[in-house]
Amino acid sequence: MRPFTYERATDAQAAVKAVAENPGARFLAGGTNLLDLMKLEIEAPTHLVDVGRLPFAGIEETDEGGLRIGGAMTNARLAAHPKVRERYPVLTRAILAGASGQLRNKATTAGNLLQRTRCDYFYDTTKPCNKRQPGSGCSALGGPTGYGAIFGASEACIATHTSDMAVAMTALDASVETMTPDGGVRTIKVEALHLLPEATPQVETQLAAGELITAVVLPPPPLGGQAYAKVRDRASYAHGLAMVAVAGGRVAFGAVAHKPWRAAQAEAALAAGASPAEAAAAEMAGADADDRRTHKIALVRRLAAATIEDAGSAR
Amino acid sequence: MRTTITVNGTAQTLDVDPRTTLLDALREHLGLTGSKKGCDHGQCGACTVLVNGVRINSCLSILAMHDGDQVTTIEGLGQPGALHPVQQAFLERDALQCGYCTPGQICSTVGMLQEAADGWASRETADLTAGISLTDAEIRERMSGNICRCSAYPQILAAIRDLAGEPA
Ligand SMILES: Cc1cc2nc3c(=O)[nH]c(=O)nc-3n(C[C@H](O)[C@H](O)[C@H](O)COP(=O)(O)OP(=O)(O)OC[C@H]3O[C@@H](n4cnc5c(N)ncnc54)[C@H](O)[C@@H]3O)c2cc1C
Ligand code: SF4
Ligand code: FES
Ligand code: FES
Repeated sequence: MRPFTYERATDAQAAVKAVAENPGARFLAGGTNLLDLMKLEIEAPTHLVDVGRLPFAGIEETDEGGLRIGGAMTNARLAAHPKVRERYPVLTRAILAGASGQLRNKATTAGNLLQRTRCDYFYDTTKPCNKRQPGSGCSALGGPTGYGAIFGASEACIATHTSDMAVAMTALDASVETMTPDGGVRTIKVEALHLLPEATPQVETQLAAGELITAVVLPPPPLGGQAYAKVRDRASYAHGLAMVAVAGGRVAFGAVAHKPWRAAQAEAALAAGASPAEAAAAEMAGADADDRRTHKIALVRRLAAATIEDAGSAR
Repeated sequence: MRTTITVNGTAQTLDVDPRTTLLDALREHLGLTGSKKGCDHGQCGACTVLVNGVRINSCLSILAMHDGDQVTTIEGLGQPGALHPVQQAFLERDALQCGYCTPGQICSTVGMLQEAADGWASRETADLTAGISLTDAEIRERMSGNICRCSAYPQILAAIRDLAGEPA
């Protein structure tokens, strides 16, 4: 690990200022992703601003009948919250499908959204990687890439975003609230927070340096059932090869793109009366992969059809 | 950087490099070598300790984040002659072979039983709004963050099954 200085933020505005004004500074929440990457020197901040104890760790009802989830709330407490379990079961199911009990006790809402890819070559510092070292090339292209993207990939990067929580939040049409460096407040849809890789895979979200995620806002639960499914190499404690979340008429996929993927074609097909299998096929018509990932297209198609079916019979 | 934490009931002030993980602080600076370093990347659970009663991976935390926290390690749960019920259950069921993962397994079990008692669901919980019954499938899922290289899983499961439903 490279040397760094540490401060614990007691005030959100001061934390935003401290990171916005220092290019080497980063926010630290649970630390389960950032410290891991710092040990490998994939990340090397010179200053850490610990936002874990800012007063954004709770949950409150919104006037619209939804929930505002604090950016610093742990994944475990969010999944366990009675209102979430009762009204947003897809969110509880998604969170509980990720990581381990210990990690979920530490991981936060904001940190989970901003976790970086698990691409093996991103982690292997002996290999070229455009995301880790812009311009060095992509080692994953042409490799055995079950974890690679099948939507929106570029020649520069085929990495995927593998948060479980974010897939459910996308299906629930959630938004993040941020505090911007100029002192303002901004609202961004979760589905628009992350960017596709294009030529600059190192730029992963539309957040400005020092922009702090203070909350995630869920609208009232949609009419209709909710369901979550995840396929992975072992039964538990592993990132997904493919995830599907369904909430009413909305469908989102995980581990298929550089961002949580809203399956808009599947949604349109469902709205027009298509069967779950037809809706899944409509989305997968837009998937793209090299020979090594064609199996993933079939996998996601079947998983999506089954999960839409499950949501339909839930409640 | 100065940090004060309470470890197993005793307040400790350490002045160490900010890079020091909670795990290294416990092992290298406080001599509490019960907590183990398996992977140092959150992938095995050998470093599991309880912070303010909640189980976490101490390798993915830096000491500075824990100023003011209460930390319990395997040494603080119980000692020979006055074992914690979870330690006793592991002993009775022979729930270990080399023992390297065991402190993490035991701390994790203590945290897990509290989570279940608090009604927290797991991926195996069919009804998210009903109470928790610690079936074998529930125990396995809730303990999946602790890897045992010796594969003592059947006996670990048996030990936890003995405790399940009883306050630990
Ligand atoms: C072994 C292992 C297995 C895992 N398996 C899964 C899995 O199956 N599914 C899954 O979804 N995840 C999985 N994870 C990832 C885990 O969910 C993330 O590490 C965790 O959610 C990150 O949250 P954190 O609070 O610890 O973030 P940190 O590591 O503290 O921060 C992550 C990033 O977010 C930034 N950040 C933090 N808070 C804010 C804020 N308020 N505003 C702006 N920026 C902020 C930080 O600067 C940093 O860049 C796994 C992790 C490990 C180690
Ligand atoms: S897919 Fe992206 S993250 Fe993986 S090696 Fe290529 S550039 Fe790096
Ligand atoms: S040493 Fe911490 S999880 Fe492996
Ligand atoms: S007893 Fe040897 S690793 Fe678990």
